[in-house]
Amino acid sequence: MKKITLLLALVAILVPSLALADEFQVAVASNFQAPAELIAAQFEADTGHKAILSFGATGAFYAQIQNGSPVAVFLAADAKTPKKLEDEGLAKAGSIFTYAQGALVLWSATEGYVDDQGQILKTGDYKHLAVADPARAPYGEAAYELLRAWDLLAGLEKDQRLVTGENISQTVQFVETGNAELGLVALSQVWKDGQFKGGSGWKVSPDLYSPILQDVVILKAAENDTAAQAFADYLKGDKAREIILSFGYTLD
Amino acid sequence: MISVPPGPPTGGAGHFTWMRPLSLSLTPAELSTIKLSLKLATCTMAISLLLGSPIAWWISRRDTLPRRLVAAVATMPLVIPPTVLGFYLLFFMGPFGPIGKIFKALNLQLLPFTFSGLVVASVICSMPFVIQPLSNAFVALGERPLEAASTLGAGTLDAFLSVIAPQAKPAFLTAAIMSFAHAIGEFGVVLMIGGNIPNVTRVLSMQIYVYVENMDYDRAHILAGGLVVFAVLSMLAMQILNPRQTDKTGERAHR
Repeated sequence: MKKITLLLALVAILVPSLALADEFQVAVASNFQAPAELIAAQFEADTGHKAILSFGATGAFYAQIQNGSPVAVFLAADAKTPKKLEDEGLAKAGSIFTYAQGALVLWSATEGYVDDQGQILKTGDYKHLAVADPARAPYGEAAYELLRAWDLLAGLEKDQRLVTGENISQTVQFVETGNAELGLVALSQVWKDGQFKGGSGWKVSPDLYSPILQDVVILKAAENDTAAQAFADYLKGDKAREIILSFGYTLD
Repeated sequence: MISVPPGPPTGGAGHFTWMRPLSLSLTPAELSTIKLSLKLATCTMAISLLLGSPIAWWISRRDTLPRRLVAAVATMPLVIPPTVLGFYLLFFMGPFGPIGKIFKALNLQLLPFTFSGLVVASVICSMPFVIQPLSNAFVALGERPLEAASTLGAGTLDAFLSVIAPQAKPAFLTAAIMSFAHAIGEFGVVLMIGGNIPNVTRVLSMQIYVYVENMDYDRAHILAGGLVVFAVLSMLAMQILNPRQTDKTGERAHR
């Protein structure tokens, strides 16, 4: 009797997953969370396929994929990481393309705090500047490039004014809650339809950091997954492009 | 004795290989995280004993609803994820939060991104480990020693220090070791409000997390292994210093 109950329980667990076989996992870099949610909803409405999204730092996802995480599609915050996965034979060959180009922004939750040249970064008496960890978040890397270009990094580190978020979302959270007066974050997180969602900010001049080309890749395990391929293709479509552009990303 | 043999080296970037010799010497940055963790644990232990003892005492004196409520609140951190606490600290104690605004008006330092912030959070998380053993011990002692002391003319504090405290020594030891060891392992709340500032909030557990996330598994192994050894030793110390506790449970098992 017990065995039958167990069997029934197993069937009950397995059957729904069989019925929803066109579900697939998508790993999304934190900066792309808001557009990804909109795109996935639109994609599901149009195709019936369900993309299950998870968000985090690009470097963290890279480590998880290397260790066998069941991700089908990976929307990275850079071009380097998908390339590395391809070189290591973990990605579907030729599946990489750039889905968005990101922009770095100096942002504060306080209105009128950030000037339109970003000079506050040099002259402000702020206590904390929030950045993402440059070792695993491309926007953190870009932030460090700017701080080096302006010769601010050593001073900020010495005065212990630099606070590091685990990923770019936590970095924004530090600034949103006012705990850090300033942050170097992704424009997409604080921007919607042509303006800042709140506070004040300066779009960092693009010549101060390397372009943030965000690439998508299909992983080896999902090589023959048509739903995953459809999602990647969908990113190139007009509906997705419109959403992506509305968050301040640029596209070729 | 079961030992788990190390699996064959899988190779490739990011995979830890047991064949490679590890440098056991610690870098200055790692030493700083260890010092910081010890400092945090010491502060946590001292403050939570100072705060927790009177609370445990008050709880254990009479069995009333308000006291049960306090006991429940003080034990709550056991079942609340530290990230929840970190989240509240970040929002309510930040400059835009209600408590943070009061702090600012009083010209006090805000807690997020500071060492004091970690201590406050860690004390809250350690409270159950102090309150539980102490109030249990106080209940077990009963009213009699205190009545005897007051008959002999001792004030409450005097009676507590010279009669109750020595008798409840095992419980105090348990509370001290548990709060210290727990603070060494504090992580969730550090991740939420620490900001990972070297020499200020980058404690040992945070450094291990950064190593793992950045796939520096060798260094992560050194620090994580050290932490496991520390945890075993401190729990062992508790057992050795507290033989009565094991005797008691043994007795109970026999009854």
